[in-house]
Amino acid sequence: MPLNYLPLGKKGRVKKLVSDGIVRRRMLDLGLIDGTEVEAIQKSPSGDPVAYFIRGAVIALRSEEASKIIVEPS
Amino acid sequence: MGLTNNSTGIGALEKELKIERMTDDDKVIAIAGNPNVGKSTIFNSLTGLNQHTGNWPGKTVTNAQGKYKFKDRNFILVDIPGTYSLMANSVEEEVARDFICFGNPDATIVVADATLLERNLNLVLQTMEITSNIIVCVNLMDEARRKKIHIDLELLSELLGVPVIGTSARSGKGLDDLMQAVYDVTAKKIVPEPVKIEYDGVIEEAIAVLEPEVKKHLNENLNSRWVALKLLDSDESLLLSMEKYLNLNILSNDEFLSKFEEAKGILEENGITRDILRDKIVSCIYKIAEKSAKQVVSIENKKYNETDRKIDRILTSKIYGIPVMIALLGVVFWITITGANYPSELIATGLFWIEDRLTDLFNLLEAPKWLHGVMVTGIYRTLAWVVSVMLPPMAIFFPLFTLLEDLGYLPRVAFNLDNFFKKACCHGKQALTMCMGFGCNAAGVIGCRIIDSPRERMIAILTNNFVPCNGRFPTLIAIITMFFAGIVAGPFKSLISALILVAFIVFGVVMTLLVSKILSKTILRGLPSSFTLELPPYRKPQIGRIIVRSIFDRTLFVLGRAVCIAAPAGLIIWVLANVQVNGLNLLTHFANFLDPFAYLIGMDGIILMAFILGFPANEIVIPIIIMSYLSTGSLIEFENLSQLYEVLVSNGWTWLTAVCVMLFTLLHFPCGTTCWTIRKETQSWKWTVLSFLIPTVTGIICCFIVANTARLLGLA
Repeated sequence: MPLNYLPLGKKGRVKKLVSDGIVRRRMLDLGLIDGTEVEAIQKSPSGDPVAYFIRGAVIALRSEEASKIIVEPS
Repeated sequence: MGLTNNSTGIGALEKELKIERMTDDDKVIAIAGNPNVGKSTIFNSLTGLNQHTGNWPGKTVTNAQGKYKFKDRNFILVDIPGTYSLMANSVEEEVARDFICFGNPDATIVVADATLLERNLNLVLQTMEITSNIIVCVNLMDEARRKKIHIDLELLSELLGVPVIGTSARSGKGLDDLMQAVYDVTAKKIVPEPVKIEYDGVIEEAIAVLEPEVKKHLNENLNSRWVALKLLDSDESLLLSMEKYLNLNILSNDEFLSKFEEAKGILEENGITRDILRDKIVSCIYKIAEKSAKQVVSIENKKYNETDRKIDRILTSKIYGIPVMIALLGVVFWITITGANYPSELIATGLFWIEDRLTDLFNLLEAPKWLHGVMVTGIYRTLAWVVSVMLPPMAIFFPLFTLLEDLGYLPRVAFNLDNFFKKACCHGKQALTMCMGFGCNAAGVIGCRIIDSPRERMIAILTNNFVPCNGRFPTLIAIITMFFAGIVAGPFKSLISALILVAFIVFGVVMTLLVSKILSKTILRGLPSSFTLELPPYRKPQIGRIIVRSIFDRTLFVLGRAVCIAAPAGLIIWVLANVQVNGLNLLTHFANFLDPFAYLIGMDGIILMAFILGFPANEIVIPIIIMSYLSTGSLIEFENLSQLYEVLVSNGWTWLTAVCVMLFTLLHFPCGTTCWTIRKETQSWKWTVLSFLIPTVTGIICCFIVANTARLLGLA
């Protein structure tokens, strides 16, 4: 499931990054590697971006980026 | 709004940092770390300098340096931009990496956030690959304690093989230990032995082929294992930097090239492409970080950040998010306007009383009339105006804004507004650069470096001026108070002023989005790039420090700059007003020349001239207008601020003039310093000229429409 479909309050584990180049590198820098736990925690007023809890930090991602992170809901 | 001596104007533009050791014994220390972990706070505490701090990622965009003495030795401390990694994915990462690699620091302090240790260890481990002279500083220990997060620093030190010091930089705790550790490492009393990061067998094989070849060329300048790995990772920017700093073009060497091809071949045979290699490198480092963090961190209360989530649910909620944001802005303005009234009058009365005494003094000394004119009616009076109109609102606005900044509210603003920026095809962090623009547009333009995509950065630079800086706030506040809030009496007066001001700011934001969108569809065509924004934990602001720092660093600094420019401007106006040509003074000639055009956009020649003369600093526009009206024979004697209104009205101001002046204040060319900064940042006259023209043309169009619509409808 792409991360942007993960409902608020739900957790998932990263299965795969489908982005490449600089976007992929940036996701990696945030610690989004295989098996990393991600939780969707807060939507912005317009619904996009969404804030995720990643390795102890709160990171906002636009739907374009989140859709390129495939997670397995847990 | 990074606004200090270091971060404003030309001083901030020294990208290439030259370190000057006083003696050979001086030690150079780099401070690296993730964004927003308190590097600048540590830097300030140790050096006694005042590099800008605040609770949002990306404040420090250039290297800053300062000195401190510990025991018998001098240390030169270099604060480098905060980064998540050193893999040179962005300008900041490149600046940070280049300094650690090529700036020859004697030691590097990597600052880590105690509440976010796992992710921070990623950078620690990456830095350990480059250099072994490392001290890890686990900062924000007080925050961690408050959240009941325990960290076993001794175990961490054992696991990493380098000294680890816990600090709470905001209260100064642990800094002595940190300095001691730095001292010991640079004196070779402690020799850190960082753990070696082992990669997959295949990657190690490729490194083993390439590393000896790299070593031949580097002569101990850099860690050859790390360079070999980076070259395999196709890090072109490292090659460029090696050429630039070491004068080494390693790719021109045939022996090297053949080994390089061989090593790359090993990876290719095993199906490791560029992306896979990077994945493997990052995963490997992160796994070590994860493992170490699990061993040393114990979290007593798993719901430690529940309060932050609750606050976020209100501040960024669908219903309240944006209204709360606008209301907060309104409250800040309301306090500013209410609070500024009284001191403004007081200062004006005081300063004009001094003017009278100065006049007495000149009379007593029987000084020539022209000298009194130049010194008192010219220079002194303009200065008095600048100080009394500007000082109170700034001294109130800055601390309030800094308070929001210290709390961690600014990233939430960017989060709330991001979708608008996305629709305008630009970057969400543009909202942060606009916040910096409130302080100073030049600082805002430099702040645009936090945006990686060149296209989006250019848009942010070109539109930064649509946010009024503190030099323009007093102008807006003064006009609003005189012309619009005047009809309402009593306590609501400042409330109405604040509301009108908020409306103007919102209009500025709308113009920013509109112009950004137009630019995105025309000369800067493109799609929004990737965007990640960290929402840091809310932190308790240090109120005492905020007040002291914002008054000394920001208010007095900005005021100082305004005074420096106002003095010569006062002189020029006096000269223009007193040199007669064809029976009229130069000021009138100039104003008459501008008058027809100025009338079209709802103003008069004097006002337009004031905007032009105010190019060096927007602060002096209103003082120039007043001085000009007074010097051209207006008979009103000046005693206090409240008579300002009468001066303006007797010179033909109507509500329409006021609106147009406000619009033009919001939408006109950036000040001289900002233009200069844009030239430096863009390295292009073309973009500088455009950044001058875009807001000016927008302003002229807006004023023209408003003025002529009102006139056609017979409203003014």
